[in-house]
Amino acid sequence: MGRPTLKSTFTAFLYLLPALLIITVFTIYPIIKSLLISFYNDYDFFQDIVYERGIDSYIYLWNDPNFHLALKNTFIFVIGVVPCSIILSLLIAILLNTNIKLRALFRTVYFIPFVTSVVAVSIVWRWIFHTEYGVLNYFLGLFGVDPIAWLTDPKWAMPSLIILSIWKGLGYNIIIFLAGLQNINDQYYLAAKIDGASAIKRFFFITVPLLSPTTFFVSVVSIIGSFKVFDEIYALFGGQPGPASSALTVVYYIFEKFYGEWNFGVASAAAYCLFIIIFILTLIQLYIGKRKVTY
Amino acid sequence: MIRDALSKATIYITLSLGGVLMLLPFIWMLLTSFKAGNEVMIMPPVWFPEKFHFENYKEAWEMAPFGRYLFNSITVTVLSTIGELITTILAAYAFSKMNFWGRDVLFAILLGTMMVPGEVLLIPNFVLLSDLGWIDQYEALIIPWTASVFAIFLLRQFFLSVPKDLSYAAKIDGCSDFRFLWTIMVPLAKPALFTIALLKAIGSWNAFLWPLIVTSSKEMRTLPVGLTAFSTEAGTVYELLMAASTMIILPMIILYIILQKYIIQGIAKAGIKG
Repeated sequence: MGRPTLKSTFTAFLYLLPALLIITVFTIYPIIKSLLISFYNDYDFFQDIVYERGIDSYIYLWNDPNFHLALKNTFIFVIGVVPCSIILSLLIAILLNTNIKLRALFRTVYFIPFVTSVVAVSIVWRWIFHTEYGVLNYFLGLFGVDPIAWLTDPKWAMPSLIILSIWKGLGYNIIIFLAGLQNINDQYYLAAKIDGASAIKRFFFITVPLLSPTTFFVSVVSIIGSFKVFDEIYALFGGQPGPASSALTVVYYIFEKFYGEWNFGVASAAAYCLFIIIFILTLIQLYIGKRKVTY
Repeated sequence: MIRDALSKATIYITLSLGGVLMLLPFIWMLLTSFKAGNEVMIMPPVWFPEKFHFENYKEAWEMAPFGRYLFNSITVTVLSTIGELITTILAAYAFSKMNFWGRDVLFAILLGTMMVPGEVLLIPNFVLLSDLGWIDQYEALIIPWTASVFAIFLLRQFFLSVPKDLSYAAKIDGCSDFRFLWTIMVPLAKPALFTIALLKAIGSWNAFLWPLIVTSSKEMRTLPVGLTAFSTEAGTVYELLMAASTMIILPMIILYIILQKYIIQGIAKAGIKG
């Protein structure tokens, strides 16, 4: 490659120009601009005039019960989805990693929900969750459970959303876990078997520790993804954040402030709050990912 | 032996049960889409329609401009994928095979932007596109999505693994950088490019929030946006809703089954959300 020269720098920037142009205009500039907008107290979007700057938007968020609700719902969603999804996908990945036939077929099947449109599958689930004619209530009825108003009872809106999201995201986690499992050297298991370790012991003393970087990666990616949930809510509840705002999440809040009320300042401030949460999670990932691999 | 057979059976049963749960929503969608109206709203539900009503698809297709939505989705997906491939190939080449001032700083800045959730960019981009007069135009649906830091990162990793001797040899033979990139590097990188293109196409086809915000007229909607609009209009006519959902979901499933090797490998390697 040689040392950098004026000429090589010029040539390189010609190659970089298209990508840099797009990324600067549509990613880097908006990151900065969004921060500025969050400090506009009074902003006329149509004429692009700022009448007043300040921290009103952040004070508004601090005092807005809806934003608190959105944060709370988002946390409930994350806690409802991530652990359950990880345990299920790990279990399935381990079963898939055993010496079975039809493995490719199973893998294909589990991954299908992940490649399909969130909006379309949410509409399908809307039909499954139907209170009177939904197939889910029919199955539960066979076990003597009274019909549940999945999508219209504020108490059940969040569980419905969580069920849908676990179903949708399982395949992705399984693929990552499978890749992680296949990286574990068979010799460990063989040696443990010879030493007489039971299957359960082999799982807890070989699989769990050696898989910990993968598990950690999957957790962080799932948590970040779950913090950004939106499409499912919009499609599942027909353009509403659930009955009585019971499925109002942070991104839905941003969407409502931005697109519903045209309150760009508050929406940007809320977006930055989301950014900070995700930023902290990413830092934790980088920090732990580098330092703490448990073997 | 018996114990082994038993545990094998347990594995198969568990996996099959899970698999059925994964597929059931799609099967239910497909079956509902063929039913007559009076077979849908019924308890207990009937599994199979008495007669397969293919005309549900025709009716759904005519109730909303799905042809137009489909055209828009295909246009947006194809053009943004091609655009991303071109910008990615050029940028990844510069980052992997060229030495220039500020390279590492620039690359670090780009990687840093990956931490920022897309929702932060929504409002400034909306304002910018309004100023450009691109709202409700193809430009708004395509151009902001024609470059991706993640794709550049992936391809750069691949390009780095190509031995340097190759480019020296080519240079000695009088091959220019640009020709070397397109006639040697790109063909070599076909699998990586294919994965990048597929992940992009899936993401673009399924994208929702952005097209929802930057389109206002019916004519510019993509399939997912059109489907939500249709679901508000069609309301509770579930056989038509399911027919419309099938039209969006089925092409993706078929494409996935044909190309799954590349998709799954790509995801396992890159470890990203599609």
